[in-house]
Amino acid sequence: MSKPRLATVWLDGCSGCHMSFLDIDERILALAEKADLVYSPLVDTKTFPEEVDITLVEGSVSNEDDLHKIQIVREHTKTLISLGDCAVTANVPAMRNPFFTKEVYDRAYRENVTFDPGTPNQVVPRLLPFARPVHEIVPVDVFVPGCPPSAEVIFYVLTELLEGRTPELSAKTRFGA
Amino acid sequence: MEQRKTIVIDPVTRIEGHAKITLQLDEQGHVEDAHFHVTQFRGFEKFCEGRPFSEMPALMARICGICPVSHLMASAKVCDALLAVRIPPTADKLRRIFGLAQVVQSHALSLFYLSSPDLLLGMDADPASSNLFGVAQKNPALALDGIRLRQFGQQIIERLGGKRIHPAWVVPGGVSEPLTLLNRDAILGALPEALQIAERTLEWFKGISEKFREEIATFGNFPTLFMGIVKHDGGLTFYDGKIRISDASGNVVADGLEPARYSDYLGEKVEPWSYLKSTYYKPKGFPEGIYRVGPLARMNVADRCGTPRADQELAEFHELQRTAVLSSFHYHQARLIEILYCIERMEQLLNDPEILSKHVRAFARPNELEGVGACEAPRGTLFHHYKIDEQGLIRWANLVIATGHNSVAMNRSILQVAKHFVRGDRLSPGMLNRVEAVIRTYDPCLSCSTHASGRMMLRVELRNSGGEIVDQISS
Repeated sequence: MSKPRLATVWLDGCSGCHMSFLDIDERILALAEKADLVYSPLVDTKTFPEEVDITLVEGSVSNEDDLHKIQIVREHTKTLISLGDCAVTANVPAMRNPFFTKEVYDRAYRENVTFDPGTPNQVVPRLLPFARPVHEIVPVDVFVPGCPPSAEVIFYVLTELLEGRTPELSAKTRFGA
Repeated sequence: MEQRKTIVIDPVTRIEGHAKITLQLDEQGHVEDAHFHVTQFRGFEKFCEGRPFSEMPALMARICGICPVSHLMASAKVCDALLAVRIPPTADKLRRIFGLAQVVQSHALSLFYLSSPDLLLGMDADPASSNLFGVAQKNPALALDGIRLRQFGQQIIERLGGKRIHPAWVVPGGVSEPLTLLNRDAILGALPEALQIAERTLEWFKGISEKFREEIATFGNFPTLFMGIVKHDGGLTFYDGKIRISDASGNVVADGLEPARYSDYLGEKVEPWSYLKSTYYKPKGFPEGIYRVGPLARMNVADRCGTPRADQELAEFHELQRTAVLSSFHYHQARLIEILYCIERMEQLLNDPEILSKHVRAFARPNELEGVGACEAPRGTLFHHYKIDEQGLIRWANLVIATGHNSVAMNRSILQVAKHFVRGDRLSPGMLNRVEAVIRTYDPCLSCSTHASGRMMLRVELRNSGGEIVDQISS
């Protein structure tokens, strides 16, 4: 039997959840024995694979690329995990929601600029009007709050899912943990 | 009609953030131009508005999960300036240790997790095994050293700050808790092993770099200015000092510049094709004011590291080139020398009799309405600049981030690499991997640089001018 297929995806977050995943340290090599990391910032896979058993998603859905990407991820993933507060609640990225995107752009690309001000509009994806949690866009199977969730929690979640059990998280992590 | 083609590398993999690269080909299929596009943007400079300044260190740390400590530090230094206090000497030293630990873990991430597949398995290695797991198969000791060294840095951050990522320990006026004897001794106890790992990795790297002559010659190998913070005596520092700018011949062109006056000498330019702004040295204008920051720049601007082993290695580093060391490939070696320095320097600081003092925080109400904080993040000089109102609420912020300083140089580097290696009539993963590998030497942090974040995947397409895909690489 082939090994379960694992993916990690990074939408609009700070990479802290991915770093917390790396904080499982040398256990990452043991994990690679139990599951194939088929798609992740750590590997050079070029497109999201057809069939993935477990996908960890970090970050909120904030721009056109995120929106497109999360739908592809959902379509090809059996168990989708919202990893961390930005995926679960939109958290820090959502702090821009009370502002118009124009105001947010203008601060960075018109006011705090000394040469050639103007909002970038070639090649780069546009911000959506609001940063949204993942489950507002696609169904999510497991929620793992924390900023970031600790390495222990991430390792526990993956171990439980790989053993075919449902992780019980209420006593293990919380928002802002 | 001749068709001009564009090669798109989307996204660039094994970097910290989301980006794509486009290579524009001429009618003969030679690379004519190249662009590095950073594709995400969050807007911290705007959404911090109206929030209490005291929240800023913990909030700004969320810019980046890789170097949250640098943002904590720069932000807390702004807050110190707003309070107009001098933080207790022990707090100053503890913050320095915190910063050094982060440099070790961040450099270990860059070198081992992201770049070592290129270095160990080669630039043309099968993309399916070009990762940490492929490294672990070919050279398990190297992979374990990388994991251990990153863990070493992260554990120090946890011992000081309570957690590995986004600790809230650095606060306006100092730090929130003193260092315990137990933690001091535990950190001291871990230093020898870390030093051994750094030493043997440096030896390994110097041994293999011979194989990369063609890459050394073409990976961002051109004259630029270099910028970094140095101590009052010209020595290496990550926490506090004045800005020094030197040129490609190794001559100092500006020294003793106040970080708080960054906008006098640094300009920020928008590129319509990237969320990453390009920073330039104002007296030379754009684009002549191109400069580099980070490990390579620090090794070029500092007179010395100030610790014995790192200084020996710095002397050897300067033998690579009589002028400033110009190839961005040498960022890797500079990174390893800095790891040595950080470990040696932490030992000095931890053995300071004052380090266990309980007096680690100064309290005050805001006394100034504007402040700037700067430090050397792993990737280069980092500036935070805030204005507050009488109630201490943020009215305006500007962040100038390490990766932005390198923006012009990164774009020029991918052009140099692509012109040398990429043939438009046929694509190979190794050709394009080199274009990405030069970006990896800079270790750009794109979450930071646009106060946004990214994700990774590689898709390469060759399109004709009508947008039709004529060739592509997929896994």
